[in-house]
Amino acid sequence: MTGAPHRASLREAYGRALLELGERDARLVVLDADLAAATGTGEFARRFPKRAFDLGVADAAMVAVAAGLALDGRTVFAGTNAVFAAGEAYNFVRQSVCFNGANVKLVACPSGLLVGLDGGTVQSVEDLGLMRGLPEMTVVVPADAASTRAATFAVAERGGPAYVRLAGEPLPDVTAGAFELGRAAELRAGSDLTIVALGALVHRALAVANDLAEIGLSTRVLDFASVKPFDEPALLRAARDTGAILVLEEHSVLTGVGALVAATTAENYPVPVRRVGVPDVFGESGEPWALLDRYGFSPDRIRDEAWELLKSRGKVS
Amino acid sequence: MGDEVPPEVLDSLQRTAQEVRRDVVRMTYRAGSGHPGGSLSVVELLTALLFREMRLDPERPDLPDRDRLVLSKGHAAPALYSAMARRGFFSVEELRTFRTLGSRLQGTPDRRRLPGVDASTGGLGQGLGIAVGLAIDARLDTRATRVFVVLGDGECQAGGTWEALLAGAHHRLGNLVALVDRNRFETDGATDEILEIEPLVDKLRAFGWRTVELDGHDLPEILRALTGARASTDRPTAIVAHTVKGKGVSFMENTHVWHGRAPNREEAERALLELGVPPAEVDL
Repeated sequence: MTGAPHRASLREAYGRALLELGERDARLVVLDADLAAATGTGEFARRFPKRAFDLGVADAAMVAVAAGLALDGRTVFAGTNAVFAAGEAYNFVRQSVCFNGANVKLVACPSGLLVGLDGGTVQSVEDLGLMRGLPEMTVVVPADAASTRAATFAVAERGGPAYVRLAGEPLPDVTAGAFELGRAAELRAGSDLTIVALGALVHRALAVANDLAEIGLSTRVLDFASVKPFDEPALLRAARDTGAILVLEEHSVLTGVGALVAATTAENYPVPVRRVGVPDVFGESGEPWALLDRYGFSPDRIRDEAWELLKSRGKVS
Repeated sequence: MGDEVPPEVLDSLQRTAQEVRRDVVRMTYRAGSGHPGGSLSVVELLTALLFREMRLDPERPDLPDRDRLVLSKGHAAPALYSAMARRGFFSVEELRTFRTLGSRLQGTPDRRRLPGVDASTGGLGQGLGIAVGLAIDARLDTRATRVFVVLGDGECQAGGTWEALLAGAHHRLGNLVALVDRNRFETDGATDEILEIEPLVDKLRAFGWRTVELDGHDLPEILRALTGARASTDRPTAIVAHTVKGKGVSFMENTHVWHGRAPNREEAERALLELGVPPAEVDL
């Protein structure tokens, strides 16, 4: 081990990617809803003031305006906290963006429990369920700055609606930019167990895999940053090769990727699956990483869940 | 730029409006569902737009420089489809497919199925925001495109409409015109009994819009207001059009009952007779 990996801001990576995209594409437009500091679009607005619009605390209108701007093919990035982007504006996302096939990229930052101190009202742990249920929507949850950069370029290139969920807290560099729409990134090879993780939990999955390696257990870690399109082949390969899957997501267990993993394996190649997600409750105020521990994502809890799966496969006793 | 409308043009527009009303009755009767009341009330507004004011080419519905129309009250689709068919976007015969499985003429407008529809709508309170986006889009590209959006008065109760009104004024969208079909009734009853929106014109003015109040069945008045709106460079225009819900069919007028109910055969026949269809030609 070479010590803790460098942590970097996802919103800054997004902001830098936008600058490059804005240079390349003179028609690209960026919208905010009074949270421009949170979404990291400040530099874009300074460089391209005519192509940056802050719509104020009017999330629904921001989404409809984004759709109108995008109907003739212009690429529009529109950002705000996940609870507003996916929740407040839900039917605007559904009708004005998705039903219209508008080329709008919603960027949800901050998101999830990691919103932290502001409390449960503004910690969306339901957004992925809402967004991945929408026809034509692309949904991505990058795990670090490099993946954020790659994902921003990827959704810009792919026409049509997208939802990019970004953690508001800096995250350790873990992906080396390995991001591709529709492909899970295998960040670690392994044969005894698979951990499917996304976003802020990918680095915890890697840490647990490291711990297990020390006692001779081999864990595959798949970064499912591309939630939709979903890499079903990679999931089923993992089911066949390792026989057990642990899912880590900073999202409600009811409607998140864990539910998708369980359903997909049950239909195609049933293996034991355990889901570590936010239980069916709202969050609360707290220091972001302490909140994650409190809601079930502590390294100890993750190790326990992994252990249960390994036991059920007879790999440990 | 045109100013006084020649009498023969006005005559032709009035005949078109009457044809559209008849189509609305036939379409909702055949479909056994739909929204005749709020379709009949917007007929002159849509006729004035599609047949006179808007720059468009039915042969080239994707022309970048065309004007845009968002029917925010998407449930008035029968009136829109009829006006589009009679303007030459597709055959009048196709109106028979309204609301049938596989039709391009969905219950509410779908831009991806029907070329010439500029935005898909249905859920209320979203169309004005889309129109604001279209208007900014045109300005960014320095296109002369104007954007027209037709709102119901019921959807002036929706928060999204008011968010978009703020945005339209803030961004000084002189190329944007909102037409409010003020027919005074919504699904559950009279708008002023359910959730009062008056004084609507004062509110719109206070929100920074140029306002015009007129009789929404008076074509010369509508055309004058639309022409007048061309001169606005830095303020969007709101036209509050006082209309009669169910206009032209006596038993559908001024009631919420026909908001979302289709006529049966006997009712449709009566309606067509009232709309001047000769008895021998009442063909359902």
